[in-house]
Order: sequence, then structure tokens, then C-alpha cells
Amino acid sequence: MKEIILIKNGELALKGLNRMNFENALIKNIKTAINGLGATQITRAQSTITIEPMEEDYPFEEALLKIKKVFGIAAFCRAAAVSKDMDEILKQCVPYLKETMKGVKTFKVEAKRADKKFPLTSPEISRLVGGELLKNNHHLKVDVHNPEIVVTVEIRDKWAFIRAGQIHGAGGMPVGTGGRASILISGGIDSPVAAWMMAKRGIELDAIHFASPPYTSLRAEQKVKKLLSRVASYSGPIRMGIVPFTELQQTIADNCPEEYFTLIMRRMMMRISERLAQKRKSLALITGESVGQVASQTLPALVTTDIVVNMPVFRPLIGMDKDEIVEISRKIDTFEISIEPYEDCCTVFTPKHPRTRPTPEQCEQAEALFDFEPLIAQAVENTVYEVIE
Amino acid sequence: MEQFVYLDNSATTKPCKEAVAATLNAMENCYGNPSSLYEFGMQAEDIVTDARLAIARALSCREDEVFFTSCGSESNNTAIFGAAELLSRSGKHIVTTAIEHPSVLEPMDALEKNGYEITRLSPDEKGNILAEDIEKAVREDTVLVSVMYVNNEVGSILPVEKIKSICQKKGSKALVHIDCVQAFGKLKINANQLGADLISLSAHKIHGIKGAGALFIKKGVRLPAFILGGGQEKGLRSGTEAVPAIAGFGAAVKALPDLKSTADKVLKIKNYCIEKLNAFENVVVNSPENASPYILNFSFSGYRSETVLHHLERYGICVSSGSACSKGKGSYVLRAMGLKQALVDSAIRLSFNGETSVSDIDKLIDALKLALNLRKSKL
Repeated sequence: MKEIILIKNGELALKGLNRMNFENALIKNIKTAINGLGATQITRAQSTITIEPMEEDYPFEEALLKIKKVFGIAAFCRAAAVSKDMDEILKQCVPYLKETMKGVKTFKVEAKRADKKFPLTSPEISRLVGGELLKNNHHLKVDVHNPEIVVTVEIRDKWAFIRAGQIHGAGGMPVGTGGRASILISGGIDSPVAAWMMAKRGIELDAIHFASPPYTSLRAEQKVKKLLSRVASYSGPIRMGIVPFTELQQTIADNCPEEYFTLIMRRMMMRISERLAQKRKSLALITGESVGQVASQTLPALVTTDIVVNMPVFRPLIGMDKDEIVEISRKIDTFEISIEPYEDCCTVFTPKHPRTRPTPEQCEQAEALFDFEPLIAQAVENTVYEVIE
Repeated sequence: MEQFVYLDNSATTKPCKEAVAATLNAMENCYGNPSSLYEFGMQAEDIVTDARLAIARALSCREDEVFFTSCGSESNNTAIFGAAELLSRSGKHIVTTAIEHPSVLEPMDALEKNGYEITRLSPDEKGNILAEDIEKAVREDTVLVSVMYVNNEVGSILPVEKIKSICQKKGSKALVHIDCVQAFGKLKINANQLGADLISLSAHKIHGIKGAGALFIKKGVRLPAFILGGGQEKGLRSGTEAVPAIAGFGAAVKALPDLKSTADKVLKIKNYCIEKLNAFENVVVNSPENASPYILNFSFSGYRSETVLHHLERYGICVSSGSACSKGKGSYVLRAMGLKQALVDSAIRLSFNGETSVSDIDKLIDALKLALNLRKSKL
């Protein structure tokens, strides 16, 4: 007997002829996630991926924690792989499940026979395994309707798998199957959540961060890197562009009416982000905005910022309340980092009375007071990149 | 970075070479456990004893009145919770100030929740605490008076030497705790003349190593144990001694320069700095005139502290911002002094050491001139 990890694909099993592409992406992401934990052999068959450790003392628990964060997985578990022989199955199931069955009162056995040539039928396998477990664990009772634990015996092409229960996977789609998009990330609570939600749907992430030293500190930048690294534990490595933004911000503040400051700044961010995205073949922008949260996130304000770019801007949090966003940020472990108190570039020049019902025309007029194009080009040019893992 | 000007010595100091050598020696050559019976353990014990003696000399107290802790904050916590517990039957009133270090303020808040009555004295507009105010606050049932010697943010020197006689006059048996973390190695401290029962010290503020602090406990004051275990530090503070850090502490104390002449030298630097700062139209000096020469707090009004701090950082100059990052918060000390929020939000703290030079100040002033080109913050 040897122990393996069984992984059930999520909805990607439904993807018809593209299924191979999705499975390939998923396997690649699983490999990245468990990289460094020890040598394994990864195989797939019938919507199931198996990870077989090639060495003793494989850190199963650590691997399971990593796998729990990989998108595109419906469920996964540890399992015993034994040879397809009923005597062998009966012999191995008792010791393998001994620890699991401690403290459990009721169970049932389900058998799945993918290999129809196996001499026994599924009900016969269930009955035999159930009987064997009862014989060796006097505290157990069978309950077919409401068992505490379901023991599953699967007869596959090469092996028979024995497992007890399973763990819910992260769901979603394998990252990389949905194309690439760029998240504008500031360091607050929202943008990491937005990034995570898009990654969950298979989008590969690039990140764009605007830095305005000395108005923002190196710690603010560090904070963003920490946040991205948490997101990257789900999405895989993220390429982060850091845009030098001080001069542009100062120029806006010096040349444009104060109440338009934030709007024009966001329009500049959009323009720069679009160009950076195009360079990286990133197809869309992502922001953490939700309608009405702050003055620059009213619907008219969102319209005036969107209108300056020709690529879609996704806002997965658009209809969410703050507490709903916070709940996800706690779940993905970004909340504690987000609330560290470092100045981000959005707060330094904030106008006292920002426009909440701007029109694109008003913004254009306010921007026309200065030729920003050279500064935009310069910011794009001087952006530095770093890969966050 | 072509230059490095470190003007944040109240945050921490560069370990002196004597401290580094002593620490290294303790790690490389004397790594035994001071409690071990063999000679190798005794060598480590000797290091601790030697450091204890150095501190006792510096405080003009007995060796057995010096207890090692891990830091100034631990010393403050031990002193305050210990004194409150020790005298809990005599009363539940404690006098302290609103400008103490958080490691005093927070234990006070905790005691308040447990039924103690805390009187927190407010400073005047320059950060001074008046002896009269202490006198008014102390009552017969006061069990602890905890006052810092030198304030860490503005450098004001508090009238700690008067506390003991005030207590006696008021018929109070209160223990006197003095947080000397910012004063030790800078002002002459004589434990008995100060009338202190408890004194907190920290190693890394006097060019020692982080990880060591000390608490002076006057002979006869039987504080309850703070950490129970193997009985180190006469049972008060169990746990294997941090021999390397303690070695560095002792060496740093021995290496302290003459306090008076160094203070005079630093005062000249500080006055030079004030003179240069006063040439700026937007500078308001927040420190009082009779403050510690080592600390100078000013507001660079119109510019948020954090922005100026990061601006100076680009020129290799390290200072401390008086305020936290978020608008409307900022230094509780400056707010207690009644400073306008705009000045609180633009406060900068400089803290010098014996080596700070005129050229360091010139570099600071040059960089501050360039800071005038920054965008003004809306404070």
C-alpha cells in the first residue's frame, strides 16, 4: 500500500473538448503549489488527478494546505492506493483507516467501480469493506442515511483507492486558463480581494502599483508586496509593476482645480495602466472599487475614469458591502496586512471637497490646463518590475 | 547613500564597540548557562555579575538592587503591576502623567479596569509636569507614583526628585517609580538621592545591545515575581539570563563618557540646531527650553511629518515623526500639551548623541530647505 493525494477537478470537467487545456493548466498550477515539498509523480484519469509521492516522509499536511488554495479543484483528500484485489483491499482498509475511525460512531461505505471488469459489483464491495471495518472497530455502526464519515473505495484502471471523507477545494477555474489581466493595487482592503476573485475565475494576474515617494513610504510598497504574496499563494506568481507617480501627482495638484484632483489622478492611473497592460498582453484592468464607497467611486466618477481607456475595467467588488469584502479579505489572510497604517498614494493630496457628480467633459477641461502626455509616457517608461511569489 | 546622519537616538542607538566586543565574547567564548555548576557556567555568571556591578555604580546603588529584564518596557510593566499588587491592601490610587511611555500608560489602563483609580497629570503647553500638580494629586491612599525622568518625545525633564518628599509630606507610603530610559547615561542618576523605589533602564538607548533592560528595586521593596520558573534574578524574573545582551549592557555603561561635559557638548549642538531651525518661517519648536539636550521636537508646519521624514530619508537622514500616519491621530504627548492638530501632524523629533556634529545639523538643515519644495499637506 502507498498513500497518495486524490484531486477532483471542479467545473472544468464540463469543458468539452477544451478539457485537456484546463487539466494541463491545473496540473501545472498544482506542481507550482507543491514545488519544493518533495518529488512526486502527477497523473490524471477520469477527472481525477493523483499525486504520488516518490519519497518517504512526504509532508502530506503541508501539501494539502497548498492544494487547498489552487483554483479549479472541487475536492481533494489523502487516499491509500492498493492493488486491485479484494483480499488486498480488505487487508489494507482496516489499518489505513484506524486513526480516522477513532472517535467516529457512524459510517457508511461507498464503492465506485470505474473498471467494470472488476469481479465484484459496487454493492458487494461496499458490503465486504463495511463488514471488515465493523469486525475490527467495535465502536462503529453503519448509518447509510446520516453517517459521520463516508469511506469510499474506488476501483480505477491501475489501483484501488481507499479514502475517508474529502476536503472542499478552492473551486473556480485554473489560473492561466482565462487570459491575463492587471490589478491596480494600492494597499487597502479591497484590491487584494478583487485580485483574488478574478484569479479564482482563472485569470492570470499582473499588478500595477503607484508609488509617490516621499509622500508614500517604502513601507507602503512593502505592504503591497506582502499583500500580493498572499494573493500569489492562490494565483501563482504575480508580476508587479511599480509606477513612479510623484511628479504626475504634484503636477495635477499644481495645475488642475483641487476638487478634480482625485478624478484626474485616477484617470492618469488608468491611462498608465492601459499602456502597461498592453505591453504585457494583459487584456483588462481590475480594480477593487465598489459603487459609492468613497467620493471617487460614485457611478459618475467611475464613468469618467473608465472612459479614458479602451480596455474593459473589471470591478468584481462592485456590488459588495464593505463587511462582505472584509469577510473575504479575512478568509484569504490579507486583512491584517491591509490595515497596517502606511500612507498610500491616494490619500496625500486628497481634496477637501471632491467632485462626486463629475462629467467626462468637466474632467477633460480640467486636464486640458496642462499637457500631461509626456509625464504619462515617462511614468510608463520608468516603471520597474518585480515578480511576487 | 553618500551620507548617513542618524538623528533618532531616542528610538535606539548604535552599539558602541565595547558593547559589541563584550557581546561577541559572551556568544563565542562564554556561552555557558550562568546557572550551571561547572566553571564554564560560572564564567557566564561572572559576566552578568560584572554588568550588574557596572549598573549599580552608575546608579550609586547596591548591586543586589539591580535586576535584569529584557527591555525598558518589561521593567516598566514589572514595576507598575508589581507595586500595585504589593500595596493593594494599602490603597488603590496611583499618580502618573499623561506623557509617559506607552509601556507605562497601558499597564495603568489595565489597572484602571481592575478597579484602581489613576490620576494622570497633564503637562503644560511646553510638556513640563509641575511639582505642585504632583503634590496636589498625591493622597494618603496613593500606592504608586510613576513618573518618567525625561520625556521621550519632547525631552522635558520632570521633577522626579521631589516625589518622595511630596509623598512623605502627604502621609503616603506610595512607592516611587521613575522611568529613566531616556535619562540614563545622559543625566546623573543617584537612586537614593532621587528617592526612587523603582527605576527602569534600557540598554539599547545608551549604545548597548537590544534585548537587555534593568529594573532597580530598592532594598526592602519586595516586588512579587513577574516570571516564575528557574528562580533567576532572585526569583523575581526567571528565565536564563540573556548573557550576550547583558554583557553588552555592562560594557556600554562602563564606556559612558563623562555625563556633564557630553551634555554640554550636545547642548551646543542642539542650540545651534534651534538657531538654524528658527530661520525657517514655518518651524515651531515644541520642546521646552529647559529640556534634555538630547531631544529636540519641532513642527515643520504645513508639511506632514511622514512626508518630511521620507524626504529626509532620501538624503540619508534618519529622524522620527512625532505623529502616526493617519490624519487626526498623531502624538498623544503633543496633544496633551495642547498643540493644534496641524502642528501635531507636522511634528519631527530629533534625538542626538555625544557624537552628533555641526555638520550633521548642517546636512539636516540643507535637506529641510529642500523640503520646502514639497507639496504642502492639507493639515
